[in-house]
Amino acid sequence: MEILSLLGSGMLLAVQPLNLLLILLGVTVGLFIGAMPGLGSVNGVAILLPITFLVPPTGAIIFLAAIYYGAMYGGAISSITLGIPGASTAVATTFDGRPLARQGRASLALVTAALASFVGGSVANVIFTLFAPVLASVALSFGPPEIFALMLLAFATFVGLGGDDIAKTIFSICFGLVLGAVGFDQISGAPRLVLFDITGFLQGIGFLVLAIGVYGIGEMLWTIEESRGEVESSNPKMTVRGMASDAAEATRKGWRGMTIGSLLGFFVGILPAAGATPAALMSYGVAKMTSRNPEEFGQGKVDGITAPESANNSASTGSMLPMLTLGIPGSPTTAILLGGMVMWGLTPGPRLFLDEPEFVWGLIGSFYISNIAALLINLAFIPVFIWMLRMPFSILAPMIFVLSIVGGYAAMNDMFDIWLILIFGIGAFVLRRFDYPLAPAVLAIVLGPIAEPTLRQSLLLSSGDLSIFLTRPIAGTITVVALILIFLPALKLLRRGGSKRGDKAA
Amino acid sequence: MRYGEIVTAGVLALFSIYLMWKSADLPIGYIEGKGPGGGAWPFWLSAIMLLSCIAVMIKWVRGTSPLSQSDEPFLDGHGWRMLGLVGGGLVGFVALIAVISMYGAIAVFLLYYLRFLGRHSWALSIGLSIATPILFFFFFEGAMRITMPTGLPFTDPVFDFLYEIIY
Repeated sequence: MEILSLLGSGMLLAVQPLNLLLILLGVTVGLFIGAMPGLGSVNGVAILLPITFLVPPTGAIIFLAAIYYGAMYGGAISSITLGIPGASTAVATTFDGRPLARQGRASLALVTAALASFVGGSVANVIFTLFAPVLASVALSFGPPEIFALMLLAFATFVGLGGDDIAKTIFSICFGLVLGAVGFDQISGAPRLVLFDITGFLQGIGFLVLAIGVYGIGEMLWTIEESRGEVESSNPKMTVRGMASDAAEATRKGWRGMTIGSLLGFFVGILPAAGATPAALMSYGVAKMTSRNPEEFGQGKVDGITAPESANNSASTGSMLPMLTLGIPGSPTTAILLGGMVMWGLTPGPRLFLDEPEFVWGLIGSFYISNIAALLINLAFIPVFIWMLRMPFSILAPMIFVLSIVGGYAAMNDMFDIWLILIFGIGAFVLRRFDYPLAPAVLAIVLGPIAEPTLRQSLLLSSGDLSIFLTRPIAGTITVVALILIFLPALKLLRRGGSKRGDKAA
Repeated sequence: MRYGEIVTAGVLALFSIYLMWKSADLPIGYIEGKGPGGGAWPFWLSAIMLLSCIAVMIKWVRGTSPLSQSDEPFLDGHGWRMLGLVGGGLVGFVALIAVISMYGAIAVFLLYYLRFLGRHSWALSIGLSIATPILFFFFFEGAMRITMPTGLPFTDPVFDFLYEIIY
């Protein structure tokens, strides 16, 4: 009951005129920043951080959290309408969101993404409110071996995500991981993999460089070549009744994905260094593996949108938990929020809930309000996003190319990266012709910088003994599940081969 | 496509070997008291890449992959033309950024694509080619405070004028 009264007073604080205005403004700004390829919540929060000194700390953090929320909703928009994931958290949304949009059902895809984001955010808010301190201590029990085991599990779901050719999927995963290792060795600081001795590689290869290359350039070249330049623009009609029926369809067909994404997303989100990207990917993988019709994933299945979208919102709320209770940021955006809190004179950590209850509960109350505001504002803008899809393809295509290049530069500020985007784009087009799945590479480049240090720290702890991933209870359980997932397709292939031989013999 | 599959696998195998060799600039084994060397992670991953390429080659030799039996060409005449015109246009776009600024390059690329590849009217092509970079300028430089390349010095007067509006 005490929690409810604290939450109630927090919500009252959040709906005060100034705070409500900040929420509406923050969500709208975040939605558009998130929808822009190359810009994500981290850009929005970082750029607008100085503005927050104009308002009291509670209003400031509410504003920044609203941007964070809006951007999480917005990331799905470019994934669905343009086929370019605006942020790494929205990569998995392209797998089914884009095919659904190309079937002329962009409205269903966008409504589904908005609804799933809302459900993910709401479930996470409730778990956050009820179990914050307990969960924070669970998250702390995850050391390097547990985090690496979790990464292994994420890679295992890639094998399920790729096509039939397991060798090409494994190649793609390892390729992404190696690209993520270019630049400097994180531990010794020595230059590593400076390819062809080109100094530009010293700064590493960012996720966005590969993602924009693969999805912005490669995918568009593929579409233009396959369609012979005769791409049918989808022309969906938008009505309130249509959106209501889309929402009903999204709930009916996507509730499984929403449930998986909301719960798994929150749990992965609270782990330090994990965050919304592995959460979205793992939820997609689990939804696919537990589905009765896994072959329908990747062709516009509603569960394929609800799982990652509910997961990335749930995880972003979850990542606030270690930030507030322990002072450990779970993602780059929460790191900036943490910096902001320190600047406003607050000390994140276990005492924050006791010392600054008004601030903490005002923020938690604002999560609920922001979530509702983000849903409504997102739904209101869907006709605008749909309008983009009505453009003739010969206008949309160059616009996507321009957005890819400009967005790539905005994120990295380096012309070397723009040339890399072009090379990756053309390379992706060629590799796709030969059935190499590229989504695993894009996701692996994000997870590589988390996986490598945790593997090295784990092996250092065990003096090089790999059994550390099996002997610790949590790490062991996750590793066994991951290994089963990795070897399951191989076992299926063997069984299929065996039964074929059996048929021939008969 | 049949020969393309084996050539691609061969090229990727060679690239994997190159990555292994390059990773070996740093220690690739276990160093007592320090853990795995800095090159270990990329080295062993590149080794798995190489093994994957070998697996693709074996499937090709045994004729078990769909592409190893395909008679389709990698790209037909239209495909090569598309790659030349669109891919070439993109290379030109990126090359022009250093000369006439990001915004100038956007305008030229859009005009090229809309008018010559998309066959839209001059009015629409010119309108969009001018409006888009202006919109981008005010969004990125004005609202987001992200500076884009301004090209060679001869573009300075234009940017001085624009910066005066936003700052």
